[in-house]
Amino acid sequence: MCLAIPAKVLRVEPDDMALVSVENVKKRISTALLDGVKPGDYVLVHVGYALHQLSEEEAARTLSLMAEAGVLQEELAEIRGDA
Amino acid sequence: MRYISEFRDPALARTLATAIQQEAQPSRTYHFMEFCGGHTHAIFRYGVQDLMPPNVHFVHGPGCPVCVLPVRRLDDAVELAEKHDVILCTYGDMMRVPGTGRRSLIRAKADGADIRMVYSTLDALQIARDNPDRQVVFFAIGFETTTPPTAVAIKRAQAEGLRNFTVFCNHVLTPAAIGHILDAPEFAPGGTARIDGFLGPSHVSAVIGSRPYEAAAQRYQKPVVIAGFEPLDVMQSVLMLIRQVNADRAEVENQYTRIVTRHGNRKAQALVAEVLKMRDSFEWRGLGAVPDSALRIRDAFTDFDAEARFTITDKLSREVKSCECPAILRGVKKPTECKLFGTVCTPDNPMGACMVSSEGACAAYWSYGRQRSPQDAA
Repeated sequence: MCLAIPAKVLRVEPDDMALVSVENVKKRISTALLDGVKPGDYVLVHVGYALHQLSEEEAARTLSLMAEAGVLQEELAEIRGDA
Repeated sequence: MRYISEFRDPALARTLATAIQQEAQPSRTYHFMEFCGGHTHAIFRYGVQDLMPPNVHFVHGPGCPVCVLPVRRLDDAVELAEKHDVILCTYGDMMRVPGTGRRSLIRAKADGADIRMVYSTLDALQIARDNPDRQVVFFAIGFETTTPPTAVAIKRAQAEGLRNFTVFCNHVLTPAAIGHILDAPEFAPGGTARIDGFLGPSHVSAVIGSRPYEAAAQRYQKPVVIAGFEPLDVMQSVLMLIRQVNADRAEVENQYTRIVTRHGNRKAQALVAEVLKMRDSFEWRGLGAVPDSALRIRDAFTDFDAEARFTITDKLSREVKSCECPAILRGVKKPTECKLFGTVCTPDNPMGACMVSSEGACAAYWSYGRQRSPQDAA
């Protein structure tokens, strides 16, 4: 549960919310912990909140590492809500 | 080096392993505590210990949020769900942790309590909106990474006037635990265990920054290197720690500069400070009562504090007998030194929290076959 997963911001919504995508899974998250999030940004998402902005390169690298370590599917299942 | 081909950059892994071999002085031994369960997982998954010279050891720390929550607080959560007829929302990791008499949230749920697994505090808020006639309690656990989402949810509930939403707050603080571990008699000079430095947590430090570790590093004269969670990050951080030990330095260094700054996420820190305040003391499994190590809800938000809204009875809580989780969390025992490990206690039938959570040291030992390694059983 301490893991944070990189996601791409698709759309910014009212009330500090945003629609993001991780490996084709779409999820509504909160951006209340960051300033100035915009579509196209990459953010680290932890328990439904964007915690940090990161580069596209770092996002891709983190995702492949999570896949390699066998924790990506587990995280995606949690995000989809079928964990 | 059976795992090295699995590294993202095997050549870099080899270079780091060689540098560590060369710089670790044969006349010294190095014991480094990886505070965070995510690092424990990476160390086992990639066999990082096997790449270390024989005088460099990892000591597994208490950085598993599910593991450090004392049985009493879990029993309190079970009571909230069973006696107060609330909808108790919890992160999934908590569900199978055994409380007193091996009663877990999942057992309470099977017996009819309304306990719901959520991914986020956002989901708990939605459950409160959808059930205006029910009291909804969010069972908040976790370190500094998980705390800001709780603070935001409380502010949100206040803004929306959600009168049926409260939080049972159990958030704990990493730097306080580091200091407390070093105060333990086992780690005193001449004690039974040793720590020469710390691998600092990745995502916790993204929130709090590297600055909060500086006091402990100086006071206890132990180096801290904030490490990314990739195995290459861990190896590079070990090298940085070895260099500090060799040079008799005890500084806070940041290997994970891709994400962590000295000051961290100030917006998240401000939100936490607005909603939560320091408890005088809080009980940790394994560490006992640790002063200034946990947060409670500020009086201005007391309407959203489950401990203020509900009367939680005093009770005698007990760990599962023979479970060595407490000593394992302090870093003074290894999972293989617990007589329950791998016999009666397995991930399918966990007796202690360290086997339940994938971030727990016992689960890591179990998953990656270390229970069969004579080197680690020694």
